[in-house]
Order: sequence, then structure tokens, then C-alpha cells
Amino acid sequence: MIGTIASFITAAIIQGIPLLYGAVGEIITEKSGNLNLGIPGIMYVGGISGIIGGYLYERSTENPAAILCILIPFLSTIIGAGLMALIYSFLTITLRANQNVTGLALTTFGVGIGNFYGGSLLSFFGEGGSISLLTTGTFYKTPLPFADKLGLFGKTFLSFGFLTYLAVITAILASWFLNRTRAGLNLRAVGENPATADAAGINVTKYKYLSTVIGGAVAGLGGLYFVMDYTSGAWTNDGFGDRGWLAIAIVIFALWKPASAIFSSFIFGGLYIICTYIPNLTNSTRELIKMLPYVVTIIVLVFISARKKREHQPPAHLGQSYFREER
Amino acid sequence: MAANKKKHEPFIHITKRDAIVWWKAWLIRIAAVIIALLVCAIVVVALTGYNPIKVYASMIDGTFGSSRKVWNTLQSTAILLCISLAVTPAFKMKFWNIGAEGQVLMGALASAACMFYAGDRFPTPILILIMAIASIVSGMIWALIPAFFKAKWNTNETLFTLMMNYVAIQFVSFAIMVWVPNGSMTMGVINRASKIGWFPEIFGQKYLFNIIIVVLLTVAMFVYLKFSKHGYEIAVVGESENTARYIGINVKHVIIRTMMFSGALCGVAGLLLVAGTNHTITTSTAGGNGFTAIMVSWLAKFNPIIMMLTSFLIVFLQRGAGQIATTLRLNQSISDILTGIILFFIIGCEFFVNYKINFSFGKKITEAEKIEEAAK
Repeated sequence: MIGTIASFITAAIIQGIPLLYGAVGEIITEKSGNLNLGIPGIMYVGGISGIIGGYLYERSTENPAAILCILIPFLSTIIGAGLMALIYSFLTITLRANQNVTGLALTTFGVGIGNFYGGSLLSFFGEGGSISLLTTGTFYKTPLPFADKLGLFGKTFLSFGFLTYLAVITAILASWFLNRTRAGLNLRAVGENPATADAAGINVTKYKYLSTVIGGAVAGLGGLYFVMDYTSGAWTNDGFGDRGWLAIAIVIFALWKPASAIFSSFIFGGLYIICTYIPNLTNSTRELIKMLPYVVTIIVLVFISARKKREHQPPAHLGQSYFREER
Repeated sequence: MAANKKKHEPFIHITKRDAIVWWKAWLIRIAAVIIALLVCAIVVVALTGYNPIKVYASMIDGTFGSSRKVWNTLQSTAILLCISLAVTPAFKMKFWNIGAEGQVLMGALASAACMFYAGDRFPTPILILIMAIASIVSGMIWALIPAFFKAKWNTNETLFTLMMNYVAIQFVSFAIMVWVPNGSMTMGVINRASKIGWFPEIFGQKYLFNIIIVVLLTVAMFVYLKFSKHGYEIAVVGESENTARYIGINVKHVIIRTMMFSGALCGVAGLLLVAGTNHTITTSTAGGNGFTAIMVSWLAKFNPIIMMLTSFLIVFLQRGAGQIATTLRLNQSISDILTGIILFFIIGCEFFVNYKINFSFGKKITEAEKIEEAAK
């Protein structure tokens, strides 16, 4: 029994990590007032950028070095996902385009890029089969060195690759940044009321750009975790599924707080797979249980809007672009 | 001394246009599409090394190459147009319904359920009527839920409708599991032999019925938005809720009514997909059209007649890119990339329609501007 629970917790954490990256990235973005519905697309691009980086490196050398195997995909992901977020930023901030439409277009574009390169990267190099970067994947999956010495605890909580811990650290850092630093305060001001922030001398455009691009890069790491750690360096088209939207759901569930996003992600990760841990389920009940994360999100959404507690609300200017000369 | 300091003048100054001549606006949009197509050509050539003219020729071939392809194109356009029409009234009211995908699926599910359970009890015309009512009602309910909470507590509708999509997807896969207990996850064509509940073929064309319905809906929607009292109320609520309240419009009432209407039309799209097109249901029956429709409607500036063009443009891109993928042995997803690029350009070009960019090449401030400055 303990063994089952422990393996469930492990599985929930594994499922939760990509969601956590996506959610933290989206929270950073939304705090500036940008509702980036392109996150699912950005996460696809993040994943495939890592794959491309890793593939090119593994091809170019006989004996891949561990540090480069980790660094090259990591940087490729940050660049790829960051560029995607930059497209979104340019369209919505500089060109003041509608955020919902831009975000959805970005998702179409990003999923397309992911599946296109995932499906034809090998054929560009005249190879067949499907992408599998076992070497790189193994490096990403290397657990903490002392994990196996700590028994069940070590096995349940410490047996993951470094991206898992980085996700938690990123969430904590984001929380500290938003709540404890001057720049974080400014960023929140931009999301709540850009005109006031502007009048107070805050560079609204700069904050919006930076938070959206950084948020996008963080979300992209979720894609990298998925392809390198979860699937050990293999790409399957549409394999990432609807996790990007789930990440957006977590933002609501965590009430726009990165620290709460950590546990929210693990809960959602658990809900995502709980049906395989409950014995004697019929196939149809299983499908109903998969509905849970979304239903829970809806309930939270209704609840916070009904209670109208100020600290639980989305940023006041979420979804609207800002033009100084408009009133 | 400070008074002598040179006044800093930004190189670019952006002002909002009061109004723009309609042809100028369309010139900008057409230019954007042309530039987008050029960029797409560059991307395709960079990826494949083929002659771009050959690529576009193959896109046209993919869309119009044979009479079967033409009908398929028209059919896809009709479905996309129908969903775009559905989301339009809500958008005009600035209600961001991105749950069309779910509403269409629920409509489709209701149709499929009628075909599945009542297929042998009623003759086809009556069954189709029942299916229509069932689809419309379920689409309506799916849209009513977020609308109700929006009206009551101002619950964020973008996120709410987004989540409703996934609840709908799970509902559909639940239903499929119940109907096909062997776990194969596929429904198969319903009533394949009896064709009960299928739309009739007109002049031997199985899609014509769908197309006629959508054309009628387009005209009706145009009239509804432009000439009816409801259309006026929607426009006022969209422009300013305060104004609407001031002139005595019941905003909550309008929100709920419009969203129910929106959901009902999505239900119709679901009906067309099940009864008129696929005769089956999967979790991807809506096929992302619920999201694409948002862009179609927005690109057409909420005008149903122009929507015919924009939905056709998107379908052309998707089918054309699909054809490129086949002939050049590329991955199908290239169509998503091309669609994305074109959407970015069209989305971006609205900036140049709405705003004017004034360049200042280090020119001195004129006397008139100084007075203007002082007046501020």
C-alpha cells in the first residue's frame, strides 16, 4: 500500500513538473497584464528546440560530453521559447493586437512547428525512424547522487533529474521576485493599472516585454522536461497533448501565486493520472475522472469571482493592451 | 541654462487615427496578406528548396484540383464559417467565448446520441428534427453555463470557456467508451447501412445540404447583427457597458441571450458535422475549428459576409499546405506553420489601420506646435 502511494506521488510529481514550468511562466506573463494563450504552442516549441539542439550535438560528435548534452538543449529551448514569446510581445505590446487572437494563433503556429520538425527532422538528414536521443535523455534523468541512500523518501522525492528541482526553485524565485523586490512590485503595478504605473515613471513597455519573454522561456522548459526527462529524449507528435492548457488552468487554481503553483501542479499531475491508480475502474468512468482537473478549475474560477476577495483576483488589466494616449 | 536645453523629440510618434477610408484599410490588409504569402514562400523554400511558384501551384491544386477536392474545400469552409458565425455575436459584445470547440462537440455528441439510441424508431426527417433540437439545446447549455456566471459574478469568460472545452472532450470520450465498450476508442460510422439520421444528398452531392444551411445562416446573421434590435444592443454592450446601462439595456440579459444564441449555432455546427459530414463522432470532431473560428471572425471584423472570404482563406491554406505536404513528402503540420505566419501578419496589420506613425527626422518644432504644446 505504502509502495503504491509512494509510486503515485512520484508519478504525480513527474506529471506535475511540465505543468509547473508552464504555470510559473504564465503567471510571470500574466502579472504584466498579458494573457498569453500561446503557452501551449510555446511549450511545444520549447520541447522541439531542445530536441533539435540535442540532436545536432549528438550527431556532431562521437563522445557527447555530459555538460554540453545538458547545456545545448537547455539554451536552445530558452532561445526557441523566448523567440515565440517575443513574437507575441511584439504583436500585442508594440502593435497592440488583441491578446486572445494572437495567443491562439501562436499556439497553432507553435504546435505546428513542434510537430513539423518532430516529424521531419530526421528526414532532413536522410535518416529514417523516429527521434530518440537516449544519451541526452540519460544525462537529463540522472538523479541526485545521494537519492538511493535515503530509502523510500529518497526514492519518492529525490530520484528525479535536475529539471524537476529547477522547476520548484524557479517557482520559489518567481514568488520571491514578485512579492519581495522593487521590480516585482513594479511588474504587478503594470498588470493592475498600466496608466498609473506609467505615471509613476515605470517603463510599461519594458516590463511587459521582459516578463512575457522570460515567462515564455520558463514555460518552454516545461516542454524540454517533457521530451528529455519524461520521454527520455524521444519525440512523438502531439505527445505533449493538452498539458499547455492545463498549465493555464493551474494559474487560476493557484490564484496567480507561483509558490502555490508548486502544489497545485502536483495535485493536477496527480489528477491527470489518478485513474490508473484506482483499481476496478471501467474505461468510461476513467474518462469521467480525467475531467476532474478542468472541473476543479472551473469551480475555483467561479468561487473567486463570487467571493471578490481582492488578493485572489487576476491582474486587473489582464487581456488588455496599453496605449498611453488612450483614455 | 535649463531652458536652453535641447528638447528631446522621439524619432517615432504614434497617434490614433480618427477614421480611415475603407479602401485604405483594405489596401493595408491585402498588403499584409501578400507579404505574409511571400514570407511563407521563403519559409517553404528554406525548408524544401523547391520553387515557390511550384509550391503555390500545388496549393491551388490541393484546393481546386478535382471536383471532389472542390466539394471538400467548400464543405470545410462551410463548417468553419458556421462556427465563426456562432462566435461572432458574442465577440461583438466583447465576450471572449473561446469555448466554441466544446459547444460544437456537445452539439455533435447530442446528434450522435440521437442517431445511436433512436436510429431505428423514427423515420429520417423526424429524427433529423429531433437531432437538430438536441444539438441546439446542448450547444446552448454549454454556452449558458459560463454566460450565467459572467452575468452574475463577472467570472472570467475566457478561462471558463477554455476549461469547458476539455470537459466536453472528456464527455465525448466517456460517451464513446459507453457506446463502444470494447475499448477501441473509435465509434465507427453510425447507421452505415440504413443511413438513418444522415442528411440527404442533393443533386448527388452529400455536402450540398450543409453548404445551403450555412449560406442561409450567414445571410440571417448579417441581417440580425446589422438590422435587428438585438444586433444594436450587442453592439452597444460591446462598445461600452456603461453606455448600455445608461440607455436602459439590461446588460446581463443581453450577455445571457447572446451567448445562448452563440452556443445554439455551435450546436448547429455539431449537427452538420455529425449528420452531414462524418456520420460519427470522435474527440477531435471539432478539429480545432472552434479556435480557428475566433481568428476568422476577428479577421473579418465581425462581418458575416467578409467571413465567407476569411474562412475560405484559412481553409485554402490548410488544404493547400496539406497538398504541399503530400507532394513534397513533408509533414502535414507545415500547414499550421503557414497558417500561423499569415495570421501573425493579418493580426499585426490592424495596427497600421488603427494607428498612424509619424516620423520626425530631427525637424525643428514649428511655431504652431509650440503653441499647441503650451496649450497642454
